[in-house]
Amino acid sequence: MTDTLLQMNHITKTFPGVVALDDVSLTVERGTVHALMGENGAGKSTLMKCLFGIYREDSGEILLDAHPVVINSAKQALDLGISMIHQEPHPVRFRSVAENVWLGRFPQLIPGVVNHRKMREMTQELFKRVDLDIDPDTTAGELSASVFQLVEIAKAISYDAKIIIMDEPTSSLTEAEVGHLFEIINRLRDEGIAIIYISHKMEEILKIADEVTIMRDGKRVGTWPASELTTDLIINRMVGRELTNRFPPRHERRSDEVVLKVEGLTATSPRSFTDVSFELRKGEILGIGGLVGAQRTELVEAIFGLRGIASGTIYKDGQVIRNDSPKTSKKHGIALLTEERRATGIIPMLSVCDNTVIANARRYARGFVISEVQRHEAAEQEVRDLRIKTPSTDTEIADLSGGNQQKVLVGRWLLTDPEILILDEPTRGIDVGAKYEIYTLIQNLTRQGKSIIMISSEMPELLGVSDRIMVMCEGRVAGFLNDPSEFSQVEVMRLATSFMTQQSEKEAA
Amino acid sequence: MTTLDETSPEVPVVLNDEDPGEGSTEVATGLGGLNKRVLSWGLVGLGSVFTVGGVLWQHQFDHSGVKDLPIIIAMIGIGLVVYGVTGLLSRGAATDVLTFTPAKAKSFALDNAIILAMLGFVVALCIIKPNFMQVNVIADILMQSSPKMFIALGVSFSLIIAGTDLSAGRLVGVSAVVVATLIQKVDYPNKFWPDLGEWFIVWPILIAIGVCALFGLLNGFLVAQFKMHPFIATLAVQVIAYGAVSLYFAKPPTNGQPIGELRSDFTALGQTKLLEGENWAWLDNWLGTNFRGLSILVVYALVACVAIAFVLNKTTFGKNVYAVGGNPEAAKVSGVNSYVTILIIFVLGAVMYAFGGIMEAARTGGATNNYGNGYELDAIAACVVGGVSLAGGIGKVKGIIIGVLTFQIIAYGLVFISVNAYYQQIIKGIIIAVAVALDLAKYNRR
Repeated sequence: MTDTLLQMNHITKTFPGVVALDDVSLTVERGTVHALMGENGAGKSTLMKCLFGIYREDSGEILLDAHPVVINSAKQALDLGISMIHQEPHPVRFRSVAENVWLGRFPQLIPGVVNHRKMREMTQELFKRVDLDIDPDTTAGELSASVFQLVEIAKAISYDAKIIIMDEPTSSLTEAEVGHLFEIINRLRDEGIAIIYISHKMEEILKIADEVTIMRDGKRVGTWPASELTTDLIINRMVGRELTNRFPPRHERRSDEVVLKVEGLTATSPRSFTDVSFELRKGEILGIGGLVGAQRTELVEAIFGLRGIASGTIYKDGQVIRNDSPKTSKKHGIALLTEERRATGIIPMLSVCDNTVIANARRYARGFVISEVQRHEAAEQEVRDLRIKTPSTDTEIADLSGGNQQKVLVGRWLLTDPEILILDEPTRGIDVGAKYEIYTLIQNLTRQGKSIIMISSEMPELLGVSDRIMVMCEGRVAGFLNDPSEFSQVEVMRLATSFMTQQSEKEAA
Repeated sequence: MTTLDETSPEVPVVLNDEDPGEGSTEVATGLGGLNKRVLSWGLVGLGSVFTVGGVLWQHQFDHSGVKDLPIIIAMIGIGLVVYGVTGLLSRGAATDVLTFTPAKAKSFALDNAIILAMLGFVVALCIIKPNFMQVNVIADILMQSSPKMFIALGVSFSLIIAGTDLSAGRLVGVSAVVVATLIQKVDYPNKFWPDLGEWFIVWPILIAIGVCALFGLLNGFLVAQFKMHPFIATLAVQVIAYGAVSLYFAKPPTNGQPIGELRSDFTALGQTKLLEGENWAWLDNWLGTNFRGLSILVVYALVACVAIAFVLNKTTFGKNVYAVGGNPEAAKVSGVNSYVTILIIFVLGAVMYAFGGIMEAARTGGATNNYGNGYELDAIAACVVGGVSLAGGIGKVKGIIIGVLTFQIIAYGLVFISVNAYYQQIIKGIIIAVAVALDLAKYNRR
């Protein structure tokens, strides 16, 4: 049963100095979920942006229903029946949800004048179809990222497209929401719609995809039925080498010296974390697990001095410390790598060197003048130590891959010589090969006596890297797993949902 | 969609069985809750009391010490009634529950800080100088704000897309000069175009609008085509427009003399007073004061406000403006043609400035190339005070009206109590800074 809907033949796309797509072909059948996989920079998103009209391919052809088409803008793509869920949601924050959904194709009363009543009704109808309970008049900015992502999904469906491109649609969704998305995808597949699904999450791909195309370095590696693939096979083909171990060995010599102790920490804002206590030992990796909304990021930001604390104490080496700003935390030897690399970490227009030394510029200064030589020496040292792949330290950081950007950020904080390094989702959006390097880096740091707190939503990573795991649920500590031998996905999930079940039981009672 | 609380057997009992519309969601309970419908009726009631009370006071009791205060109270009353009725007619009037908490009161005060401060200022003025409480004063303030309203409305579009339009003031000058040179009295010996006959009044106006629209198109083209920042693009056009209009203005035989002696049918467009004269003598009697009339400019400004509010809120173009300003990427991937949207934004703005210039020429009965100088900054300040965000995506006509009136009331009021004109500058600056600080605090809350 082959019913070809889309053919992209021999697509080539070059950017200045880079061949992003090198003679890539893709064939998608009607009524299937076609996964597109590959490391970051493999060209998946570029290929999809060519299909959606954001980029124009240098050569190659696109056939839709066997007819050649030229797609020069998102509008043309949408008109041809191709819609796209973007990796990052794009809310127009101060406008209503309904306006966000129908932007670019408002129902008209007379040409040029919007029919508000019809727009409301259409939105309600659409949300009913995808089981979404949101008032169309809600301002988009009031919705959380994950809820707005659901709106974006509904929007993509509302185009009645033949092809829906989903570029990492689940990156900001909770587990339950992912399940719901999969139900919708299954329904769409039954209706004969083709879905091109980009994700880094192997488990998701193997669950939902019919076919998998794997890309590497701008080339197509091949296409296989999902049923013939395993996680190891996919990784293998993505990185082009055998990856026997996804995680480097742990550093075994543990010390009992407590470097950081948190007691009864409660946030100022009422819906955040309450009564959190834990200890961090020297040279240990403490993983923090939990679902989206468990307030893990808020907790570490409070420890780092970015958020207010209503009560509770933080001890550093047995001394009570008060962190009210990143500056004081830096003094106490605590560093934080934020979750949103692009938004709060890198400064895209500055060079690798600038980005590396920025937290520590004063060290290279003579009076008011900063020594270029010393800065570059320091940056080059980090580039070597962390094996950052960059043409030179003067390259703009935006030109580096996600994994290398993350390494630069690690390097930035290492230059401040911290004793405690807090990593918030250190490998989000980073490809498999680079992940391994980040893990190795983390293990090496513990060998040097640094202590790590690592928030991770990726279960294998949490289990594979941490020495101990603290699981949070609804802003409280749900429990600890104190030894790698007792780590299990089931146990973490049980803890991560523990208070929720109690609560819903209470409500039911 | 994925809530954990599945329907449990014991749903909290809804006490208010009579109104199923309310019962399922929130029920107005306790002292803190107030139905929006109740509140609206309250406003209508209060407004009626004000109106009737004002009229009674005016006619039955002595009010010599407070000037036109009774009339003003009656007008406020009418305003409240209208506001209450719109509240009653709005969607959700029956179900929306308004609660009052200290936090809400605080945020209300913050949201409306400028209005509250203005009210305080006006009350203070009235106490210092009871003469301020005159219908004529109100009419004056409205008249003076009207041309500024056009400029502010025009510039608001480019502000909403996180841009600006520095050419606004100079385009006012362009349109004033162009229209004035084409509509001088035929028998005036020192005419700009000595051989020009008497044109139908519409043509000079259309030409002035057309010339400004071309400059607007240039603005839009520079911004859309080259992704130039509007600040720079419109600065360039501002300078070009001034140079061009000055060259035109300085041409022989008049060699840069101010253009005057405009036709009376044209000046009537700016100088006509409504509700004044023989036929309205009864109004003066009724008011018990000599009402000097309401300028026709106020009517134009009102029409412009309604038109622009319609464009912003009800049309595809208006919504695209908010989208392009709020999240350009979202507009792009949703298939909005940003290029055309930006072109229209600047052309529409330029047309509004052209109207402003024509009104200025008609009102003053003349023009020079320096007309409109600096108007753009006043207009931008008024928009910003009225809550139009420089970060883009936010802005309402209601706010712009408040912004324009705020500056006009301050300027007028300070002159009225003989405050040194330089204090006005200081106060204006403080208002801009405070208003924007409050506005930012509003969006940074949470």
